[in-house]
Amino acid sequence: MYRVTRRYGFAASHRLHAPQLSEEENRRLYGKCNNPYGHGHNYVVEVSAEGPADERTGRAVDVAALDQLVRREVLSSFDHRNLNSEIPVFEGVVPTSENLAIEICRRLKTNWSTMFPGEWPKLQKIRIAETDRNIFEIRADEIE
Amino acid sequence: MVITRKVEFSASHVCRNPELSDEENRELFGPAANPHGHGHNYVVEVSLQGEPHAVTGMVLDLKELKEILNREIVAPYDHRFLNYEVPPFDRVIPTVENIARDIWRRLEPHLASANGRLYSVRVYETPDLFVDYYGEAPCIA
Repeated sequence: MYRVTRRYGFAASHRLHAPQLSEEENRRLYGKCNNPYGHGHNYVVEVSAEGPADERTGRAVDVAALDQLVRREVLSSFDHRNLNSEIPVFEGVVPTSENLAIEICRRLKTNWSTMFPGEWPKLQKIRIAETDRNIFEIRADEIE
Repeated sequence: MVITRKVEFSASHVCRNPELSDEENRELFGPAANPHGHGHNYVVEVSLQGEPHAVTGMVLDLKELKEILNREIVAPYDHRFLNYEVPPFDRVIPTVENIARDIWRRLEPHLASANGRLYSVRVYETPDLFVDYYGEAPCIA
């Protein structure tokens, strides 16, 4: 069994602000990330899939197919966007990298079978780095 | 406890299945099917699992591990055309998955000691694509 991991990137802006909290509580909780004008990151997303190597190709994952899926479901809607105002799921949900990881994983898991209809490979996890120092990881089996 | 050591090698390869047509190979492998070959700077991370020895405090002497990695991986792989010069890739397609498995096979007999054993082999084909292999064991979260 192999785990194949592919790394992607997109640039997006966001603002961390919980509407249930006061302005002051938001400033205290999120600090600079609460700046009302927002700010951005070069996000790095690693997508890992698992499976046995296919006998004909010697590969566990068709990387070109994975690229196509990730471009279609994630990069094309997130790249050079404002997460708060342009991604519907973040209306009322704070676009922290935790929530972003959940959303990316959910999109890939929901649409996985359109690109990989067989038993293998399976989506295993995604890992998102907001900066080199802030990294968030979620397994596909943690998502409904 | 898991300890990891990294080595690098540069090699060329071509990914094609001789039983398929040129067109099928191009479709399956894309530019990697170019019959003249192309190369990568591969990075290999070898991880061992074990407990530190009561006297030396080491799972395995890292100096010894470095020598094993240089002898078993770098020496046969570095600056070679894998398909032509490094068996089993005369008959096994040198995808990064198969390279990880071959590295596991080459290392495992040299890394079983009283304190530890080979745990995983990670091979980066590029900084954006890598494979983890745990031998016959299932992948570990």
